[in-house]
Amino acid sequence: MTPFLRLENISKSFGAVRSLHEVSFDLGSNEILGLIGDNGAGKSTLIKILSGVFPPDSGAFSFDGKKVNSRYYSCAQARKFGIETVHQDRSLAEKQSLWRNVFAGRHITNSLGFIRIDLEKAETLKILYDIIELTADGLDPDLPVSVLSGGERQGLAIGRAMYFQSRLVILDEPTTALSLRETEKVLGFIQKIKDAGKSCIFISHNIAQVFAVADRFLIMDRGMVVADILKKDTSLIGLTDRLLSVCQKEIPHA
Amino acid sequence: MHKLSSFGKYTSQFAISLLLILMLIAFTLASPATFLGWSIYEAFLSTIPFFAIPALAMTLAIVCKEMDMCFPSTIALGGFVFAWLWTHTGSLGLSIVVGLLAGTAVGWLNGFIVVRVGVPSIIATIGTQFFWRGVVMLLCAGLALDLTGIRETALHHVFAGRLFGVVPAQALWAFGTAILMWLMFNRHVFGDAVRFTGDNSETALKMGIDVDRTRIAVFSLMGFLCALSGIMVCIEMGSWWPTQGEGYLLLVFASVFIGGTSAFGGQGSIYGTCIGATIIGIVEAGIISAGLSGFWTRTFYGVIIVTSVSFYNILAKRQK
Repeated sequence: MTPFLRLENISKSFGAVRSLHEVSFDLGSNEILGLIGDNGAGKSTLIKILSGVFPPDSGAFSFDGKKVNSRYYSCAQARKFGIETVHQDRSLAEKQSLWRNVFAGRHITNSLGFIRIDLEKAETLKILYDIIELTADGLDPDLPVSVLSGGERQGLAIGRAMYFQSRLVILDEPTTALSLRETEKVLGFIQKIKDAGKSCIFISHNIAQVFAVADRFLIMDRGMVVADILKKDTSLIGLTDRLLSVCQKEIPHA
Repeated sequence: MHKLSSFGKYTSQFAISLLLILMLIAFTLASPATFLGWSIYEAFLSTIPFFAIPALAMTLAIVCKEMDMCFPSTIALGGFVFAWLWTHTGSLGLSIVVGLLAGTAVGWLNGFIVVRVGVPSIIATIGTQFFWRGVVMLLCAGLALDLTGIRETALHHVFAGRLFGVVPAQALWAFGTAILMWLMFNRHVFGDAVRFTGDNSETALKMGIDVDRTRIAVFSLMGFLCALSGIMVCIEMGSWWPTQGEGYLLLVFASVFIGGTSAFGGQGSIYGTCIGATIIGIVEAGIISAGLSGFWTRTFYGVIIVTSVSFYNILAKRQK
């Protein structure tokens, strides 16, 4: 079976700094992949390449066996492929209304480009109630994003990805700034991605969180994938030891 | 959810409308003879549109977190191209089209310098303001162009005539432009792209919005509407003069900021700008007909600008 996403020998350098070195891996459909590694391991660079922020220096990646031409690949293109990235922040424009944030870049318009606002507001309410399961009364899609809590914002970004039938949701440190209860909510949203039959790449410093929701783990170190472990073959303690041993190897070089 | 109330959504629009009404009442009480007749309002409707139209475009630029300091020169250049072509060819249609194109090109070039070259817009457009003012000065050798004959043409009535003999045509143009800009800003994907670009350009980019194209489009639109204003000034006055547009710098920015458009980008109000332009437009007449010295006008402008921006800031903080 063709994997949903395949990366082959992806490399990227910034000046003299080698950020990624020949990274290769497959991601199956409906697989939750936990991407872990210390700061500077290359996780963010990898995500930026996948979400179309910049192209790799060399290497290739393909969706459903179709190779991506990195010259024409952009954020807009990534979204068309069904790849949606949710960042720690920056996923939503704070001063803009909820409905504008849901549909930004993908508005439902007439042929002249005018937005069908009533329809978009109604759809936004559906996302708020059905996907994010907000329970507050008097939800107004006209409210700005700034009234939402951190967890609710991540919920809106993930809900948006699910509404648009994204096939791969990339979560880049989505829980870093959140309280414990809010974090629980976000982990619940990740479970929903799994239940909906979609794929997910979940990046976090917190191994316990990654372990709780991911099916498989990739450990990255200095631009390379150093371990690829299935959840059934390891435990939280085993995974933590493995990551620590990778980090400790760096000490003699430091 | 911390706060679910949507109270405050229209607070600022209500406040600005109230301010205008209070000012009109105060001026009427101070000089009833002036403010109870139509002629003062006809005067307002003939002069306010000339800076209200650029102010509408400036609203979008400010929401997009850009600044166009070049626009007074764009007005002069658009007016000059129009006036020169008309005196040399006699074709009004051609002069208007080329004049509008010239303004749009100046705006596009500003956008190009800011977006592609990467010069901060306030610096780039101060530079181009001097450059284009210099260019028109050189081209006209410092002399005004007489367009007296233009008042006899049919297009004069279309752009600067008086509907039913009392309503200046430029007011209708400004009104139409305002409606179009309101629709663009609130209901069109272009306005949406402008909001997101100004709110957070990195986020906008990640949502698939073409941030660079949006910013260049905002500058081009600014150039287009400035040229329109410059051409209408020429047609109304029956002449073009080298310092055209210079007096509008303060009026345009004052209109936009009094109208509640955020100086920090991402938020703005077309309705607010219209009311803001009206307030700015009636201040001078009100002060002078109240018997105060004209020097008070500037003082008053200054007070209104600082007070209104402070008011909106406090309002925004409370809503957080």
